Amino acid sequence: MSKSIIEVIGLSKKYKIFHQGGYFTFRDSFAKYIKNPLSFISDKKSHFSKEDFWVLKDISFKVNQGEVVGLIGRNGAGKTTLLKILSRITYPNAGEVRLRGRVGSLLEVGTGFHGELTGRENIYFNGSILGMKKREIDRKLDEIVAFSGVEKFIDTPVKHFSSGMQVRLAFSVAAHLEPEILLVDEVLAVGDAEFQKKCLGKMKDVSGSGRTIIFVSHNMNAIRTLCSRTVMLEKGRLALDADTETVVSRYLDQNLTIGSSISGVDLESKLEGVIKRGEPSIRLKQIDLLDEDNMPCSTFSSDHGFKICVNYECLKIVNGLRVVIYIVDEENRNLLTTVNVDDQIEVDFYKKEPGVYSSVCHIPANLFGEKRFFVSVHLEYPKVEHLILDRILGFDVVFKGYNSVSAIFKNSFARPRLKWNTVFTERG
Amino acid sequence: MDNEIVIKPNKGFLNIGLKELWDYRELAYFFVWRDVKLRYKQTAVGASWAIFQPLVAMLIFTIFFGKFAKVPSDGIPYPVFVYLGLLLWNYFSFGLNHASNSMVGNANIIQKIYFPRLIIPISSSLIGLIDLAVSSLILLGLMFYYHCMPNIIGIIYLPIVIFATFLSSVGLGCFLASVNVKYRDVRYILPFFIQMLMFLTPVIYPLSMLSKKYKWLLIMNPMSGVIETARSVIFGVGSVDLQLLFMSIFISVILFISGIVYFRKTERFFADII
Repeated sequence: MSKSIIEVIGLSKKYKIFHQGGYFTFRDSFAKYIKNPLSFISDKKSHFSKEDFWVLKDISFKVNQGEVVGLIGRNGAGKTTLLKILSRITYPNAGEVRLRGRVGSLLEVGTGFHGELTGRENIYFNGSILGMKKREIDRKLDEIVAFSGVEKFIDTPVKHFSSGMQVRLAFSVAAHLEPEILLVDEVLAVGDAEFQKKCLGKMKDVSGSGRTIIFVSHNMNAIRTLCSRTVMLEKGRLALDADTETVVSRYLDQNLTIGSSISGVDLESKLEGVIKRGEPSIRLKQIDLLDEDNMPCSTFSSDHGFKICVNYECLKIVNGLRVVIYIVDEENRNLLTTVNVDDQIEVDFYKKEPGVYSSVCHIPANLFGEKRFFVSVHLEYPKVEHLILDRILGFDVVFKGYNSVSAIFKNSFARPRLKWNTVFTERG
Repeated sequence: MDNEIVIKPNKGFLNIGLKELWDYRELAYFFVWRDVKLRYKQTAVGASWAIFQPLVAMLIFTIFFGKFAKVPSDGIPYPVFVYLGLLLWNYFSFGLNHASNSMVGNANIIQKIYFPRLIIPISSSLIGLIDLAVSSLILLGLMFYYHCMPNIIGIIYLPIVIFATFLSSVGLGCFLASVNVKYRDVRYILPFFIQMLMFLTPVIYPLSMLSKKYKWLLIMNPMSGVIETARSVIFGVGSVDLQLLFMSIFISVILFISGIVYFRKTERFFADII
């Protein structure tokens, strides 16, 4: 049993970028030959203005049986392409992969779901394209239905389901697959928090039963909970392959911008989450840390307040937008959560017209101790888009103390000025 | 571990992957099953459409070609003559049309899940068998009405011609399906192509109507042998033209093999360009 279950050797994949874009048509090919009848002999590269783009370049790693390996990297780093090659949806241009076991892949939940079919019918169809046999589905049907929690509607066409219910049903089909190797891409980005927890639990069970999992996620906490080892990709290359803690903290550090503001390409490249490139509804523009006088600043004195300013654009009418700010520590542990809807006016103006907005969160004076803090920003248009900037800006707080002695006890994350009462109760 | 899967760039030897196809046979069943379930959802008369369509086409052809144009029909009453032709032709054209659009139609599945891609065009042609079975019942009624007696021994030819139809629709369908992935023009050309092909097939007229000069053109069409053979055994007229039947089977097999080989050669790039 010394052989590893997954072996990736020198894997590379390129895409051709067509600068004309769009689909191929006979007319294009035809016109090309009219213009230059000998083009197919002379030079194969002159057809279109096209360019090779290496999505993956010389990736090698091994996975042993029973290992749960995380796969992280920014958008466009090549995670999904790697997963697609491992699941045989697309093929590499060089290198090879050896898989020694039955592969199940979950690149998306609910592939092949059809609105007109009932929940039960969709379980059968979806299960069978995922590689389950009919007998296997018959046997697990009750379990699948129970896990999804949509028993009551199982004979209703799924077009009448809420999107959350559809996702739950789809995930429970997938969760009951029993391959030796399971490839999972970002399925936890959907569904409510409670269901996400259930999914993580299910995946833990799966890994506990000796199966091998490769798990792609932007959710560092999920990676931490599930994976013992993590591989990080960077622009198509393998950047780091080590234990999860090392890789995750390196990944998070990379995200950090020096300074008090982030915008433009810099921000764009660090954006993660559920992003609809084709028809964007919301876009983050700029995040600023400002002091009380609205000056950019990244070191604050504890006796002064400061502001975190989130600029974003709504490209269509957006209902129920949430701006969430997390303040976290070095290890990405959450210290504080605050949301725009804490402000009653934001709840009243539930509907946002297209345009640019700026939401400012005021952090009061006398809250933090002397530490380094990090800011994560989430912009959430429920069920549509969920933009994440993880640990995007860092700031330091210098603790001033409330009198000449209290500054001694400065080394704590929260160091608010609370009311103290000391009374003399009994003579000693 | 015995079942090692190796994924690498395609070089040289081509494997049709019959064993894997067989392992996934249940999936073909589910594709057919899904299509049947979905087909007549939200229609008023539902599955009756499978009966109406060829019946109405038969009426129109009988009026225009049988009555007005007086197209000969080898001594068979024209309505049953043309109905049988339409039955087999519809099976072929349905399979061809469905298979050709099947890859693009299932793009979302192809981009997300692996399974032998051939399952999709093959099951497309299998779906047509259900329509064929339903409209065959009407044929029985028509035969009873027109007092047609089939050639009992000749019935053994029927599975052969239906299988030949299956082979040529899958073969041609696979070829067009993979072209369609790259060139969406197929979707627009296909209806004309199928219509034109119908006039090059003895559906509304008998093969005997043509002079020797043009006959060879129709003999190259696998559907000619299929329809002519079926007519001669079902209506019990004449004897089966074995040469024609053999030609039809031969061409069907060629179409099937070349279509599948082309499909297998190109399918690796489907997910990238679809």
